[in-house]
This record gives sequence, C-alpha cells and structure tokens, in this order.
Amino acid sequence: MSYIIKTEGLCHRYSIGTPFERTAIEDISFEARSGEFIGIIGHTGSGKSTFIQHLNGLLRPTEGKVFYEGTDIWSSKATTRDIRFKVGLVFQYPEYQLFEETVYKDIAFGPQNMKLSDEEVDRRVREAAEFAGIGEELLEKSPFELSGGQKRRVAIAGVIAMRPNVLILDEPGAGLDPRGRESIIENIRRYHRATGATVIMVTHSMEEIASTVERIVVFNRGRIAISGTPKEVFSRGDELAQMGLSVPQVTSIAKRLSELGLPVDTSVYTIEQLKTALLRLKGGGKGA
Amino acid sequence: MLKDITLGQFFPGDTLLHRLDPRTKLILTFVYIVALFVAKSYISYAVMLLFLIMSVVISKVKPKALFRGLKPIMVIIIITALLNLFYTDGNTLVEFWIFKITDAGIKSAVFMALRISMLIMGTFLLTYTTSPIDLTDGLEKLLNPLKKIKVPVHELAMMMSIALRFIPTLIEETDKIMSAQKARGADFETGNILQRAKAMLPLLVPLFVSAFRRADELAVAMEARCYHGGVGRTRMKQLRMKRRDLLGLAAGALLLGSVITLASLGL
Repeated sequence: MSYIIKTEGLCHRYSIGTPFERTAIEDISFEARSGEFIGIIGHTGSGKSTFIQHLNGLLRPTEGKVFYEGTDIWSSKATTRDIRFKVGLVFQYPEYQLFEETVYKDIAFGPQNMKLSDEEVDRRVREAAEFAGIGEELLEKSPFELSGGQKRRVAIAGVIAMRPNVLILDEPGAGLDPRGRESIIENIRRYHRATGATVIMVTHSMEEIASTVERIVVFNRGRIAISGTPKEVFSRGDELAQMGLSVPQVTSIAKRLSELGLPVDTSVYTIEQLKTALLRLKGGGKGA
Repeated sequence: MLKDITLGQFFPGDTLLHRLDPRTKLILTFVYIVALFVAKSYISYAVMLLFLIMSVVISKVKPKALFRGLKPIMVIIIITALLNLFYTDGNTLVEFWIFKITDAGIKSAVFMALRISMLIMGTFLLTYTTSPIDLTDGLEKLLNPLKKIKVPVHELAMMMSIALRFIPTLIEETDKIMSAQKARGADFETGNILQRAKAMLPLLVPLFVSAFRRADELAVAMEARCYHGGVGRTRMKQLRMKRRDLLGLAAGALLLGSVITLASLGL
C-alpha cells in the first residue's frame, strides 16, 4: 500500500495576531493511496477548502506536515514549486481564473510554466481539452465568449494539462445545471480511469459522491469526523445529520421503507443498488 | 504581501473611540491633521504624540496593527526624510560630494518623518475604529451643506462606501485568483521588474473582469431595490451627537488651541 500524499497533525490558523484569528483546521491526519478516488464532504466552513490548499503547498500549515511520496513538501522552495505541478488543484468556480486571449493559450499556461517544449505543450493541451470535453473548434475562441459550463471545462483542462499525479477539485459541479454537473463528473471519472491518477473531489452533492468515489472523508468543524467507504459513511446517517449533512436520497428511501416494515437493505446508496434490493424483495415476496 | 493592505479595515470593538459619533471622529481627525501641520516644535510634537497615544490606548487597537499600516508607505517616508535631510539650509555638520547635512536638515527630516507617520496612524485609527458605513454616513452628514451649491454629496458618499465595502472583497478575490494561478505554476515573487509585471497579467485580467461583473451586478441589484439617489431617502440608524461627542470635540479644540498657542509663542 503506497501513499502518494499524506498529512500529519495538520493545523491552520487564519489571521494570527488580529481579532479575527480563528482555527480553520485542526489535527488533520490524512492519507491518499496512489490511484484512489476520494470524496470530501462537509458543511460550509468545515475546513475542506483550507485543507485541500495545503495538499499542493498553497497554504503553509501553522502546525503539522504534508508529505508527497514521503518528502515534506515544505523542505525546500524548489520542492514546494515542484509539488504544484504534481498535485493539481482546481478551485471552486475556476472559470474566474481564465485570462488568456484564447482557450488554447489558457490551457497552455500551466504546461508552459513547467518549461516544457512547444510540442509537448501542444500535445498536453489537446489531450487535456479532450479529457475535459472541449471540442477542437473551441480552442481558438476567447474564453470569455464561452458559456459557464464550457469555461469551467477550460479551467479544469488548464490543470489537467499539467498531468498531475494527484488531481484535487473543489466542487467541480457547483453552480451548473444537473446535466452539466453530471457530464463534468463523468469527464473526471474518465480521467481517473484513463490515467490512474489519484483524484480528490470536494462536493456537496451526496449523489455525486456516492456513485463516484471509493472512499469518503467527512469534515466537521475543522476535523475529520468520519472516513471510510461510502457504505460505511452512509450507514451513519444520524451522525451525518448532526453535522448538517445528509445521506443520498436512495438511502433515505430505503431507510424509510424499512421503517415502514419492509425488509430492505438500508446500506444502499446508489439507484442501481436500491433497484436490485427492491427487485430481490419483490422476487422474494413472490416466492413466499 | 496582500495582508499588508489595511486601508479601510475596521476592527470592531466597544470602546469610547468606537462609540463616538463618526462626525466627531472625522472632525477630530481633521483637527488633528491641521494641528500636525501647525506644530513646529518638540513640545508641540510631544503634545501631538501624547494625544495619539492616548487615543490608541482608549481604542484598544493593537499598536502592531497601526505600524503595519505604515509599511506600504515606508518608502515615501524615507524619501521625504532624505530630501529634507540633504536640502535644508543651516549649520553644516557633515559634507561629502554634493551632499551636506545640516542641523536644521536633521531636525526637519525627523519632523517630516514623524509628521507623515503620525498623520497615517491618526487616519488609520479613524478607519480602524469606525465601520465604513458609519464613516460615509458621517461624511455625508458633514458635507450636507454643500448640497446647496449642487455638490452631489450623497452620490459621492455612496461611491465611497461602495469602494470601501469592496476593498476586502477585491483583496479576497485577488488572493483567490493568485492561489489559482500559483496552482498552475505562476510565479509572482521572483524575476526582474519586467518579468514580474508580466507575471501580473494572469492576475489582473481576471480581477478586472470580475470587478466589472460585480459592478454590473451591484447596479442591477440596487436598481431592483428602487435606488434612485439620495432624494427622499431616510435612514434606519440616525446619527445623534451625545455628551461624549462634546467631550471629544472639546479635546480636539484643546489640542488645536494648545498647538496654535505653542506655535505663536515660537515654541
């Protein structure tokens, strides 16, 4: 079992020395295996966004350490800069960071900062555009002419183009219509399958996370409250509710059905699973 | 580097200085600035300094926060002090190449540096203890008489409060965009001036785009709530002068009076 990224006792305090001082995250010990798909959930202000900015060295921990493949990412200036290319971070509403004249140039910004050759940059831009679902015809357009969803894709492509070994996304679907959301998540899944990169996704949508990730990490008040497979996490619905979170709708349905006296497996969390469980029940009912 | 920008920042509190009417504080600050320029001697500077220190103590604002406000204009203070040091006539103390330092030069350099620092700290104290909304309300009230000669006082105050309101937002936005570009390997900290200016492009373009978008959205939101300028507009919170305001104004009058007296005595 090899850990690609790992934090130990991570702690971050904002505005130290002013009346606004507050602790955003405290004592976070987290590990991500190579190739893992992790979902991070948590209430607004639970410290998720602060946490992920530590993973690529954008925020310096007040206490604790971050390791990438065993090296402390703050051990030298060069390491910290290097880590930014290996751990790609897509911010919330990343479309606001677009600045170039054309989509192509904007996606090329990251690879160019890596000082790659022009051919390599070109290859990566086209590959990233493909992964993010941006058509060839859009590459020469101005990013400011695109629709919200397309802009989002361009911004994601801009990070993918660096071919990071760890891809972190902060609410990639936020503010998009359901179809746009699903399509972007599908692109991310495809990227994960095709490259084997570690993907860490922050989201508010339980459905999104339930059908996608292998492991869920729940943040609450700056700490990791629960960490486990979707099945393990969603079986603790009451605790989640206390943290202001919910379980996927299908889990709620299964739970309600079982409360009404039907022997349904309440640990289901995708539509497929509930369907199977209900069909089995129906079949069982016929048999009896 | 962005954390150094403290302009328009407000530290909430509940001290006498926080509770003073914004008009009182504005007048006091104005009086303080006038007094600073009237003050010519060590004694009057000592009086001014004492007044500032007392205000800071009352306000419970950490001195560190005030000094942090000085950082961005350090260069200006140093240049002013140097100019005064070298270009004031008096008894020459040291002379080298084209420079000569005189006793009067040293005095005026020290005074100039003190004057600017105290001016900045005094005005920072005002913004630290007064919320931007109070500040513009007070300013609008104070400038009200100018409406008679068709000065758009309300509009100016509104522009100022919007500008102040958006400083923290824009700083936050800048921080965010900077982080996002850094995540793509942008480097804002190294390189020569030209390289650094070029490195600012990925920051400035999105910032301008979002500032215009925000302005547009704000205008729509204001219009949606039927904003049409200051005519006939009433306030939820009326400003009222209290006893403490009279005390404050008296302190200001005393300060200005004593500094003027000292100056007229040639001290």
